[in-house]
Amino acid sequence: MFDLDNINEIWQTIARNKTRSILTAFGVFWGIFILVILLACGNGFNNGLQSQIEGFATNSSFMIPTNTTVAYKGYQKDREWQLDMSDMEAIKKKIKGIDDLSPISSRWTYNGENNVFYGIKGGNFSMKGVLPNYNEIDRCKVLYGRFINEADIADARKVCVLGKKVYEDVIGTDKNPLGLMIKANGIYYQVVGVIEAYNSKVSIMGSVNETVVLPLTTMQVAYHTGNKFDFFMFTTASGYNTKGLQAEVKTLLRERHDIAPEDEGAFMCFDLEDVFTMFDYLFLGIKILIWIVGIGTLLSGVVGVSNIMLVTIKERTREIGVRRALGAKPSVIIRQVMAESLLLTILAGVVGLVIGVAIMAVVSGIVGNTPSEDMMFLDPQIGFGAAIVATIIIVLSGLLAGVLPATRAIQIKAIDAIREE
Amino acid sequence: MIKLNNINKTYFGAQPLHVLKGINLDVAEGELVSIMGASGSGKSTLLNILGILDNYDEGEYYLAGKLVKNLSENQAAEFRNKLIGFIFQSFNLIPFKTALENVALPLFYQGVNRKKRNMMAMEYLERFGLKDWADHYPNELSGGQKQRVSIARALVTSPKIILADEPTGALDSKTSAEVMQILREVNATGITMVIVTHERGIANLTRKIVHLKDGIIESIEENDPDKMDFTKEIK
Repeated sequence: MFDLDNINEIWQTIARNKTRSILTAFGVFWGIFILVILLACGNGFNNGLQSQIEGFATNSSFMIPTNTTVAYKGYQKDREWQLDMSDMEAIKKKIKGIDDLSPISSRWTYNGENNVFYGIKGGNFSMKGVLPNYNEIDRCKVLYGRFINEADIADARKVCVLGKKVYEDVIGTDKNPLGLMIKANGIYYQVVGVIEAYNSKVSIMGSVNETVVLPLTTMQVAYHTGNKFDFFMFTTASGYNTKGLQAEVKTLLRERHDIAPEDEGAFMCFDLEDVFTMFDYLFLGIKILIWIVGIGTLLSGVVGVSNIMLVTIKERTREIGVRRALGAKPSVIIRQVMAESLLLTILAGVVGLVIGVAIMAVVSGIVGNTPSEDMMFLDPQIGFGAAIVATIIIVLSGLLAGVLPATRAIQIKAIDAIREE
Repeated sequence: MIKLNNINKTYFGAQPLHVLKGINLDVAEGELVSIMGASGSGKSTLLNILGILDNYDEGEYYLAGKLVKNLSENQAAEFRNKLIGFIFQSFNLIPFKTALENVALPLFYQGVNRKKRNMMAMEYLERFGLKDWADHYPNELSGGQKQRVSIARALVTSPKIILADEPTGALDSKTSAEVMQILREVNATGITMVIVTHERGIANLTRKIVHLKDGIIESIEENDPDKMDFTKEIK
């Protein structure tokens, strides 16, 4: 269909009326251009939001014990219950599909008074007791030294890891913090590291940046909580279902703590997947809207092409008639009209695609060069897949635009054209 | 070459119009025939049927031994392309193609490749003295040149018959004489030719003159064009 002769034939007819061809093609160009820009912006916002929640394991769940709401086995309702380390052992032993299981104790600051001191400088911060695997769920950058390790846990060492802000406020950035002794809630701990959260937008019980992190065992000793702790988080192994795991964990805990099987209020349980799913739906909605608007714009371009080509066919009645008389079969005429429409649309569409992608590449470069933590707009470009889809749409719309003019063209009979009028 | 048996044609409009009322005609190979008649006599309709541009209602039309009836669009296109060369009163050259491209067009529809096509087209242009005009567009040519281009276009596929519809209708007498001379020369090479005209002078240059009136053949006149004086006949 697209040998040199045919292209030449088609090009002659398009080039014959350059202004009109360009104006016609502009509709399609604009449609694709807008589609690309919109898609890229949608991706930009999506990426921006993704970067906000990045660094936090998206498959993590939280389980916080709250008071029971159902009387059971002789216990009244509204009973307080607490988790302890044997629960963790039991969960590890009996439930499959958990990657990281991380028990946490936390102490909130009481009345806004300073509770963490280095020398006379102080600040008000919360405290958290964790295991080394905490870092697998709420990922942190280690700025100085190290994170809590297994030896710290085993020996209940009086060491701490400071959040970045604690370090800046209490010690000051001009000092190497490693080895210094700080006082937190009246007890001295040696600083072994400084950490910064990869993501300060998502946090559990306060951002680690504003937390003094202790080994869980040290915390249990310091606050006389035995082997108890406050809550835990866990991550779902790939291939396992988060909601299913949560149900299993709850069932196990109910058995171990004499909680009624129907008591849903005894736990506060949530997972980040819920949040992410919500965002996913939000962006799916935006994406659908973008495609509708983009395709709508493109469609008006297609109607424009179709319309102008109908006029052109009308003008070319005689020429087409002569071609028919000279032996052009209907299929040849259809092919020529379709090919004209295709060539016009593809040229315009590809130019729109290229210019759109180029502009968004420039925008992306500018956005990328102005780093900001609160950037809600990141890397606004369309993917390869979207570009392929756009190209397919261009071709389809070219064919669509050609259908009506082609139908009109084959209705022209040779005799209509050569009739002297 | 052409055999018409009781051809009938009616146009169904607001008022049905019986245009051809039983035409019987034989044209042998190599003949030069003209069809004459007043306007409304049905001569254009007859030419359209001969050129497979229009259908007929009754009768049979044999062209080069093949029955031409109820052909599909594709078959009709193929017949026109291979068997018939058209020459029109208003030339009907495609304005945005050069003389060469116009002549080569029927070969394009035969699927002949570009090189061969242009070579053949050039041969025919040369034959009619238009070699230097090959790259000119129709609006840069005179009437006589345009008609010569369209004769070249009609001949380039080596058709069995040439159908000419008032081939000199848009030309002055001098050019008309030239064109008729060319057509007679073409006929002399053995190609059957049917010319529709309303000019007696043109008809006098053909061997057989078919007089058409009100949809029937009134008479067929044998004629010896060699006795005619060219310049006198075309005024």
